Amino acid sequence: MSFAASLPWWAALPAATFLVLGGLITLIGAIGLLRLKDFYQRIHGPAITITLGAGCILIASMIYFTTQQSRPVIHELLISAFVLMSAPVVAMLIMRSAVYRDLRAGRASAITGGSNSQVPGNDKQP
Amino acid sequence: MKRWLPSLPLSFALLATWLLLNQSIAPAHLLLGSVLAVAAPLLARPLQPHGHARIRRPLALFRLLWMSAIEIVRSCVNVSSIILFRKAEGVNSQFIRVPLDLRSPHGLALLSCLINSTPGTVWVELLSDGKELLLHVFDLHDEQWWIDTIKTRYEQPIREVFEPDTLQGENP
Repeated sequence: MSFAASLPWWAALPAATFLVLGGLITLIGAIGLLRLKDFYQRIHGPAITITLGAGCILIASMIYFTTQQSRPVIHELLISAFVLMSAPVVAMLIMRSAVYRDLRAGRASAITGGSNSQVPGNDKQP
Repeated sequence: MKRWLPSLPLSFALLATWLLLNQSIAPAHLLLGSVLAVAAPLLARPLQPHGHARIRRPLALFRLLWMSAIEIVRSCVNVSSIILFRKAEGVNSQFIRVPLDLRSPHGLALLSCLINSTPGTVWVELLSDGKELLLHVFDLHDEQWWIDTIKTRYEQPIREVFEPDTLQGENP
């Protein structure tokens, strides 16, 4: 029998709550990827997943394994630290390459949404 | 001392990482971790053109990180409700420009990490030699509100952490 069934209720309750919450938030992030229209909106979807979604699941993992092994298990903190340090860099790189691609293709209206005269990166163009 | 331990906080962070990874504070792990904590910054020094970051006000840094954590949770709720309940056409996604006074490269790195971790805002790039920041905002209501928020709630504390001298020179 797995240990999960014999987990005391005071640990099972918060662990389950955080797991469900994290799963829901990750699902919302995925729905965002599906529903949002253009690339610049879609890039905001995964941001919820990596911060709150991953955070809730890692907290649940800390609660579960701390209770299971009867000693503090907190090395999940490292995962959140590395995710929070690396994910923003990836988002920035993807964003910049998208802007660069649109400017190269002469699709400035795709960037501004066709309503605003401010073209980003205008002073960078040759 | 300065030569063999260029940055004490960095070495302690490396040691803590090693102990957390191994989940042990046995003497052997302490020893190996300490060797790593001294050797890794020395070996990685050529990779850091700006030198090690000097955190002048650790307390201000913790306050900033705590404030950002609350902000991240709030933005998560906002972005989630927009994704779930609003039509995608009705979302006003825009690029905005924020004038920046922050010059420290480490401060800019921290600012970019915080902005990109907060759902709803993505850092695009620095314009005109780092004097302006181009941001993409998921749902823009008021451009001036965003500029004021970035400047007072993020840039001001970061300058307090990394370059308190220039800050006092401007605001006596």
